[in-house]
Amino acid sequence: MKKFDKDRVLLAVAGPALALVSAFVLTVIVLAASGVDPIDPLRVMIEQAGYEDIQILIVNTAGFYYLAALAVAIGFRMNLFNIGVDGQYRLAAMVSAVVGAAVTLPGPLHILLIVLVAMGVGAFWAGIAGILKARRGVSEVVSTIMLNAIATAVIAWLILPKNLGFQPEGSNDLTTGDIPESGWFPAVTTAGGDIYGFTFIAFALGIGYWFALNRTRFGFDLRATGASESAAQASGVDAKKMIMTSMLISGAVAGLVGMPLLLGESHTYNLSFPAGIGFTGITIALLGRNNPIGIFFAAFLIAFIDKASSGLDTAGYAKEIGTIMKGLIVVAVVISYELVRRYGIRRQQQKVGEELAAGHAIKTEKEVAA
Amino acid sequence: MRRITRIATVGIASAALALSATACGDKSSDSGSSDSTEKSAAIAYDIGGRGDQSFNDAAYAGLEKAEKDLKIKGAEAEPTEGESEADKVQRLTELARKGNNPVIGVGFAYAPAIEKVAKKFPKTTFGLIDDNSKTGPNIANLVFNEEQGSYLAGVAAAKASKTGTVGFIGGVEVPLIKKFQAGFEQGVKDTNPNAKVLSTYLTQPPDFSGFAKPDLGKAAAKGQLSQGADVIYAAAGLAGSGAIEAAATEGKWAIGVDSDQYNQAGLSKYKDKILTSVTKDVSGAVYNLIKSVQDGKAQAGEVRYGLDANGVGLADSNPQYKSMAEVLAAVEKAKADIIAKKITVKTAP
Repeated sequence: MKKFDKDRVLLAVAGPALALVSAFVLTVIVLAASGVDPIDPLRVMIEQAGYEDIQILIVNTAGFYYLAALAVAIGFRMNLFNIGVDGQYRLAAMVSAVVGAAVTLPGPLHILLIVLVAMGVGAFWAGIAGILKARRGVSEVVSTIMLNAIATAVIAWLILPKNLGFQPEGSNDLTTGDIPESGWFPAVTTAGGDIYGFTFIAFALGIGYWFALNRTRFGFDLRATGASESAAQASGVDAKKMIMTSMLISGAVAGLVGMPLLLGESHTYNLSFPAGIGFTGITIALLGRNNPIGIFFAAFLIAFIDKASSGLDTAGYAKEIGTIMKGLIVVAVVISYELVRRYGIRRQQQKVGEELAAGHAIKTEKEVAA
Repeated sequence: MRRITRIATVGIASAALALSATACGDKSSDSGSSDSTEKSAAIAYDIGGRGDQSFNDAAYAGLEKAEKDLKIKGAEAEPTEGESEADKVQRLTELARKGNNPVIGVGFAYAPAIEKVAKKFPKTTFGLIDDNSKTGPNIANLVFNEEQGSYLAGVAAAKASKTGTVGFIGGVEVPLIKKFQAGFEQGVKDTNPNAKVLSTYLTQPPDFSGFAKPDLGKAAAKGQLSQGADVIYAAAGLAGSGAIEAAATEGKWAIGVDSDQYNQAGLSKYKDKILTSVTKDVSGAVYNLIKSVQDGKAQAGEVRYGLDANGVGLADSNPQYKSMAEVLAAVEKAKADIIAKKITVKTAP
């Protein structure tokens, strides 16, 4: 029994590892083919990551990447492809910034209110896709993509000065006004800069995710529905309710993605509030295999590539090298997971065959089933 | 068993290597700090970076000129799409630490970041283009009266139009581009009260592809042409070239933006139909700031570039435009009136 577990863990790690190694090799090949020194840009990136302020940037970025990936992973576990994390977090950040700037409450309450509003808005926006899927069978892939575009338009309209927005004197930016200091999340100050306090909440949420999925009835239902909807339904799980619930939870977590930045850095939603984190989250959830620890490492890896590659242009290389690396990682992940999966099945079959031949048929079958 | 273990070990080892790189280190990114006696200036670009044929390229042209004329070293840094304010702070900090002076942020998105970084480097001058809201003793706010140049374009468009319908295409619906729209519409209406202005925006923020995708500009221009517009003014960065292409292909007038697009190599095929361009002298502003720092009299506070100092204006490289006496006269008169403050141009439509 123990031996089997070890095998499973190794196989689980082999996928991402194979992906990373092949992505690394492919990057080197691409660099060499384009006539650039293939090793030096990578050296520059690693050197960049040695600097304290870049490290802080990586940690902070990994924090909100982690949230985005968790939001995506909750859907994935249920076989729901929530591509709408991007629109959900932007709308949530915008609305909660408006609310945060409008009220003044004692510190913790103020922050709590902003966070709850963000979760509510994110859940609401994802819930639309959930209802469409549960009631009308609309593919959540299509509806969430469209909701992203609608969120963009809604935000653009809401942020106009005649609505909820605000244009500071002499500025060409539009903001939602500044959140008073009581709504700022305390940060951990280090020599290299501030680590947003919310980053720790993000990672703590990973533990909650693990617990809810693996140690609760809800998590079991969710995984069961994800594995086979009809089988789950036959054993008494209400699949439609599960779709709705997981979409709402996914959206609520997505609503938190903008919080580290909103509460820790900008204290306002403006035109340059980052967009596209939701899509990065999909990459990270894939790479991390929807596992909270896997996602943790994947978030750091992608944050490292993003932030370390931004120093490439001052060193005379195109910083798009980082984008190429990320793209290659995604391709490599998909291929290597499939390869490892097939290899695992083949090995299992071989093993069963061997043991059958050795005459331990009944015992082994039980193990395989487990 | 053996085989998996081997694959896994190799994998884990390489992953650990990549990840451990993030975990160690104690310096901060000023390692190459200001030991150099060589003078240098730095630019941090807006989204799109160098090669956008527009705003960022204009800033680069100013830096290039300074490199040649003032014998300084230029440094550049580009943003990544979807980055946060923290990335901008980090970028400016690094440029300032390396001893660049001035450090120029191209675009209003740098305003909050410059406010933070400027306090940490009181001896460095920071240039902030297109924003006047964040000020400080070592911040030079380089701002332009885009609406004035656009007003003149409106006058020229109204005079050159035969159908009485003209079009405005804005790249992304942000306050900056609305200034262009406001000036243009006012110029058209003041010249010909019966004229109709069709205004279209290509995208909404935070989708900034309206500054980057020529096909969007082309489609919008075709729509306006089919509604009878015969002069189209596109304030849409690179996307504007699509609008120019569409207008020129149908033999209608196009008005360029930011730099004199009649002289742009990429548009030479359509240049006969580029009536004029609303110029915005970003390169001059960048150069002037660098020069002021080199001369020891660093600019600070608001540095405004309007029609009076030729900070904005209309280009007259197209010989056909120069031969339109009536149009030229009307534009000259409007220009004189704006400078004399007889006409106040609105900054919002």
